[in-house]
Amino acid sequence: MGVCFACAGPQSPRTCVPPPAGPVDTQVPEPDVVVVGAGPGGLAAAVAAGGAGSPVAGGRLGARAGGAARLAARHPLIDRARAHPRVTFLQRHEVWSAAPGLVLRAGDRTLRPRAVVLATGGYDRVVPFPGWDLPGVVTAGGAQALAKERGIPIGRRVLVAGTGPFLLAVAASLRAVGAEVVAVVEASRLSRWLRHPRAIVGSPGRLVEAARYLRGTALWPGQRVAAVERYGSGLRALVSPMDRWVEVDAVCVGHGFTPSIELAVALGCDTRTDPRDGSLVVTVDDAQRSTVPGVLVAGEATGVGGAALAMAEGAIAGLAAAHHIGLVDDRALAGGSAPHRRRRARRLRFADALHAVYPAPDAVPPDETVLCRCERVTVGRARADVLRYGIDDVRALKLLTRVGMGMCQGRMCGRTALALLRAETGQAPDPVAFARRPFAFPVPLGTLADGGDDLA
Amino acid sequence: MVDVAVVGAGIVGAACALACARRGLSVVVLERGGLVAGTTGSGEGNLLVSDKPPGPELGLALLSLRLWREWAPELGEIELERKGGLIVTRSAAALPALSATAREQAAAGVVAEELDASAVREREPAIAPDVAGGVYYPQDMQVQPARAAAAMLAAARDLGARVLLRTPAVAVRPDGVDTPSSSVTARWVVNAAGAWAGSLGTALPVAPRRGFVMVTEPVGRLIRHKVYSAEYLDNVASDAASLQTSTVVEGTPAGTVLIGATRELVGFDPAPSHDAVRALARGAIALFPALASARAIRVYRGYRPFAPDHLPLIGPDPRVPSLLHAHGHEGAGIGLAPATGHLIAQSVVGERPDLDLAPFDPARF
Ligand SMILES: Cc1cc2nc3c(=O)[nH]c(=O)nc-3n(C[C@H](O)[C@H](O)[C@H](O)COP(=O)(O)OP(=O)(O)OC[C@H]3O[C@@H](n4cnc5c(N)ncnc54)[C@H](O)[C@@H]3O)c2cc1C
Repeated sequence: MGVCFACAGPQSPRTCVPPPAGPVDTQVPEPDVVVVGAGPGGLAAAVAAGGAGSPVAGGRLGARAGGAARLAARHPLIDRARAHPRVTFLQRHEVWSAAPGLVLRAGDRTLRPRAVVLATGGYDRVVPFPGWDLPGVVTAGGAQALAKERGIPIGRRVLVAGTGPFLLAVAASLRAVGAEVVAVVEASRLSRWLRHPRAIVGSPGRLVEAARYLRGTALWPGQRVAAVERYGSGLRALVSPMDRWVEVDAVCVGHGFTPSIELAVALGCDTRTDPRDGSLVVTVDDAQRSTVPGVLVAGEATGVGGAALAMAEGAIAGLAAAHHIGLVDDRALAGGSAPHRRRRARRLRFADALHAVYPAPDAVPPDETVLCRCERVTVGRARADVLRYGIDDVRALKLLTRVGMGMCQGRMCGRTALALLRAETGQAPDPVAFARRPFAFPVPLGTLADGGDDLA
Repeated sequence: MVDVAVVGAGIVGAACALACARRGLSVVVLERGGLVAGTTGSGEGNLLVSDKPPGPELGLALLSLRLWREWAPELGEIELERKGGLIVTRSAAALPALSATAREQAAAGVVAEELDASAVREREPAIAPDVAGGVYYPQDMQVQPARAAAAMLAAARDLGARVLLRTPAVAVRPDGVDTPSSSVTARWVVNAAGAWAGSLGTALPVAPRRGFVMVTEPVGRLIRHKVYSAEYLDNVASDAASLQTSTVVEGTPAGTVLIGATRELVGFDPAPSHDAVRALARGAIALFPALASARAIRVYRGYRPFAPDHLPLIGPDPRVPSLLHAHGHEGAGIGLAPATGHLIAQSVVGERPDLDLAPFDPARF
């Protein structure tokens, strides 16, 4: 699920898992198609493009082996992609930058494929609240990775809070490694489910799954964590509106996901605001084609919708990539993608319902809240600068307040910063300004200094 | 009718606005984009005397340093740091030239302290082991340029100036400037449009000299001064159009390391340049080997307003008597802004300027 910046704050524990040690691939064939991201969307794309006859290279983005925070480690798609004769996995080849003309930098190499499938996923979204920057407050995804991939519980007594069904999966993973999950604090009232009977009928398995996750854990719907403080040797969280302090040693927070779109933006793809959750996503057509020829996009980067939707989109994108380089004709593209399109339509309906049931909060938190964790700027401080200097756009906000200028490059705070600007100026700021990141993630200078190939 | 209409709200326009407002003049600032939309948002904020040989630009820099110290208290948090600059070289053969320059600068009022290899290491413990020596310049300072520019504008506003963002000037007239929707009548117009100064209708030789800067993750107090290699001086003075890199490395209060800067004359080309990124990384590691494992988080570019003789244009237009120029500061506009604003204000009120303006006379082109 893309790059996790849960640990970007100076005091937060590092929760992401380093890539497994392995040989760096040196014999990389020149692939026609490069798939960025080895999550469900990327794997499906690689298999589809390889199946259509194209040499494919799959690169990882970020630190999670197999990408796939929500694909079981033994998912058959992983084996199919690994076993595919035309698919090469580039270990340690995280794509850290992209430039127009389909130029990708991966590790110390430059790749110039004929088509690119971006399946770069997303990362946890957290709406800041007072105390979210304290050690022990982590993203739901970070806590889950720690639990699932290393078997380590983030704390003994844990509160899981935010919104969305993902919280239930996180609670289950935490319990499985021995943590006591005091409650799942869910902002949505959940009664909205009643308005989406079609979605439930369409994917009944998902609700059964949710119920199973929840077994034995309290669910507090219509509540939110309003503040977290240090308390004794641990923390305490104020749950509102029930107005109750809960003593814990960790709080895991997630308010849905933020799509990872910086590579698409760097390649010149158009973006749009997804009306369902307000995320900035890549604009694609029916065949997952972005506005840049040869750049296909699948999964969360085109709109948050989960693993099954990403897989359907990935399969279509893989075929469309093969089509772009002339391996399949129009008819074969239409025919081959038809079943995936049907699956995509069904999964989209379910995703739409999820967005409606679990609306993404977009409020500006109270002044004492740390807005930018990396640079330690509070909401109040940023607001004062906005008013004092007359800041009315994102560039000025970043340069003058340092919000979004640190390690995470606005990934954690960008959305809230936009809300603050909107509230103070009465105008909608350009959200793309927070998605322009020349480095898709931090790159060691040593890597940047290497590589004397073809850099025209 | 206002006294002064300033075109451009970069650091130079902001300094002109503040200096004029402080003298009680009525001021309007017209800015095409938002705050710090231009080169000021991409500059590094070094306020240097060390890189300037004796001459008119050094005079401007010394005046400006004095004004920076004078203005700073009322500008609030602009991260003004008197950190000092350190020029180093890895070639023993280059040392005599370095010290010759230092002695000439000293004669012109610059404080310069020659250092041998171990004295360099004392000041910068993480410096590369093969450094042969250097010169330390305690007067060099650093500022956060975006905040400085915005703070000057805000201070000018407090004194009654009006700042109109997203309001381009499309033409200069003898009695003011036109915007697309209206016109502003003014006794004086100051062209402070930086690298875009030539687009205001008067033929000027200002061109953009592109530069990239890279920023690392916070690394703690690895680098204590602003440290740069001696070749920097040659590059700054060069007229070559091709990519040149002279490494300038410095820590910031946020703990990140700024690595500058490249120079190339390629017009307003927004394309990313991997060559530039690689050159910056190599240069930084050569000066501070420990930086090899520091991760870069950001790279950005800007367009220095470049004049063919490397001197800014400050003073009246030869054809339009009500038009004053204040641009062309190339890679030193942050540092030179207060002095420029001060001299412009002196011209407006008809005071004898603190510095001889002849070398900066726009009529020289
Ligand atoms: C990589 C890099 C590093 C640098 N490092 C340093 C350093 O360490 N120290 C230093 O002193 N200098 C440095 N500089 C140089 C410095 O940034 C510039 O000299 C300085 O910012 C120029 O300021 P300015 O106000 O003239 O231009 P700008 O900041 O570009 O301001 C001009 C403004 O005019 C506006 N404008 C243009 N046309 C119009 C119009 N028609 N109507 C209205 N508005 C208009 C623009 O939008 C812009 O905001 C660096 C530059 C670069 C690129």
